[in-house]
Amino acid sequence: MSAADAARASIMEVRDLRTSFHTAVGEGRAVDGVSFHLDRGETLGLVGESGCGKSVTALSILRLVAPPGRIEGGKVVLSGRDLLGLTEKDMRRVRGDEVAMVFQEPMSSLNPVLTCGRQIEEAVQLHQGGSRQGARSRAVEMMDLVGMPAPEQRVDEFPHQLSGGMRQRVMIAIALSCNPQVLIADEPTTALDVTIQAQILELLARLQEELHMAILLITHDLGVVAEVADRVAVMYAGQIVETATTKALFADPRHPYTRGLLRSIPHLDGEQRRLEVIPGRVPEATEFPPGCRFHPRCLLAEEACAAAPQSLEECLIGHQVRCRRWDVDG
Amino acid sequence: MAESLAVEPIVETRSLTRHFPVRRGVWGRPTAHVRAVEDVSLQILPGETLGVVGESGCGKTTLGRLILRLLDATSGEVYFRGRNLGELEARQMRNVRRRMQIVFQDPYSSLNPRMRVGTLIGEGLKVHGMARGRQVADRVEELLAMVGLSASAAERFPHEFSGGQRQRIGIARALAVKPEFVVADEPVSALDVSVQAQIVNLLQDIQQDLGLTYLFIAHDLSVVRHIADRVAVMYLGRVVELATRDQLYGAPSHPYTRALLSAVPVPNPDVRRQRVVLTGDVPSPSRVPSGCPFHPRCPEAIDACRREVPELADPGDGRRVACLLRVSSPEDGDSGGGFAPAPSQTHQES
Repeated sequence: MSAADAARASIMEVRDLRTSFHTAVGEGRAVDGVSFHLDRGETLGLVGESGCGKSVTALSILRLVAPPGRIEGGKVVLSGRDLLGLTEKDMRRVRGDEVAMVFQEPMSSLNPVLTCGRQIEEAVQLHQGGSRQGARSRAVEMMDLVGMPAPEQRVDEFPHQLSGGMRQRVMIAIALSCNPQVLIADEPTTALDVTIQAQILELLARLQEELHMAILLITHDLGVVAEVADRVAVMYAGQIVETATTKALFADPRHPYTRGLLRSIPHLDGEQRRLEVIPGRVPEATEFPPGCRFHPRCLLAEEACAAAPQSLEECLIGHQVRCRRWDVDG
Repeated sequence: MAESLAVEPIVETRSLTRHFPVRRGVWGRPTAHVRAVEDVSLQILPGETLGVVGESGCGKTTLGRLILRLLDATSGEVYFRGRNLGELEARQMRNVRRRMQIVFQDPYSSLNPRMRVGTLIGEGLKVHGMARGRQVADRVEELLAMVGLSASAAERFPHEFSGGQRQRIGIARALAVKPEFVVADEPVSALDVSVQAQIVNLLQDIQQDLGLTYLFIAHDLSVVRHIADRVAVMYLGRVVELATRDQLYGAPSHPYTRALLSAVPVPNPDVRRQRVVLTGDVPSPSRVPSGCPFHPRCPEAIDACRREVPELADPGDGRRVACLLRVSSPEDGDSGGGFAPAPSQTHQES
């Protein structure tokens, strides 16, 4: 695909995004040169372990990074504008209206003293104006859309009266109430039980179909990614280390970290074997190793891997990897 | 894994039940009861790993604590090596406590932040009079090596370690007093996947080396498949299915087990499974539905399910299932025993 084609299909483009945290122990480069694009109607899975920078990437897109964190550079282009260059006032209009976000913990992201309906109305009135009456009927409509039973009654309930799954539905209703083009879902099902997770994932897929929005799904769960994402970007130590279509990534992972992750998870079927482990642990953002950031844990590492940073390069069509030795199996 | 029925269980529960009162106001009388664990009878055999799976609020953690007598039962009994724990004197109970240990879920809150790792691990040794002075330090070093930490870790504090390393410390602490039986309550669910594999392997190695018996409590069905010999599935305080690992994952019987397994996302985009998506939420354990507790969400429920509480009984293949549709006659054999014999013993259908 040429650059022009990519621009036409893509709705959001993140280029060389860099966000750092300035702490007493030094600068932690939590997000360090992340680039990706998001096409209309597609789901991009952003996968990685805790501390890899996936959530900070999401917060940076919406410019919600709190001090000591700071966006150091890069671009987030949405409909031809760079969000990082907007005034705070314009940015506020973008949040919720064009790009909405669903967080992991629905209890702590909902306002406990407002009814669920009121919280949806708030979003609608803020962005679209209109009467309280109109906003209320929109709230009921949204509650219905996200599969809330008895929406006319539930709009008047408070978050604590709902179960975790129902709260996450309310969060999604708020996020989608203004028809955003992009939905960022940060671990939307991590706090939920598997049977409820299945309901929420099904709901997101249905809504995406109906509303034609793009979803940036942030998760640590490779199973969730395999089921819902069209493309996947794997993050490690603040950088994307591999990106490909979901099919290609799972069928033929090229980065040793991606392979290690896939081999370390137990499966529901297939033969029983000892789990393979990735030795060591994820480095802190303040102490990323020089060269390839994965080299101290990598089984394929050689001297050159420690010498110089590795860039993300296309190894196959539509498949990029940040590894000098991507063509070595093992 | 048990080779024959003659093996005496290391732990057995009989009709174990725990209700928590729900009070309104400060001095209020109980207005309801949370039925956390309801009539659970099962046996854990020496050297095996019994997995307990279920969603939040199903009672799996409470069951683990009841077995260790960290909580007292409302009714029912726990037997350890044939002795009823409810009838033991304090001194005898102390001895039993040494032999049963627990590894907690959260390696951040289960280790005292003001104690050095060496003291944390050695504490039990001193309490139980198993070692003194230099012996403690030697044993701590040995335990640290066993869980893959360097001897210098003994001088450091818990906050200096990562989640995975803290869980290793928690495991060393549990093993210090040479237990025979360990309850592992969600030991890997707070950890990242790459670290999770390290801890799962460690638990398996230690079990092999020391001949331990595990009760492995988890919500992650894939992890349980990996580590357990037999699996108990809990729903609203009750065991609804108890089977060998291969039976349970190969051919789940209870409608809840089926739904649960089908809901797990599979890390393979080429696999598209038939999914049983359950409607509704798990009811609150303070308002358990009548009859079969699963009937309001069950895709197969019939009228009788609303009224009758199904017994945990053998559907004919040696496992135990609490479902009216799977077990035609509840009076089949010694129903309610809650123990699936080894798969080598083919069960005679009556």
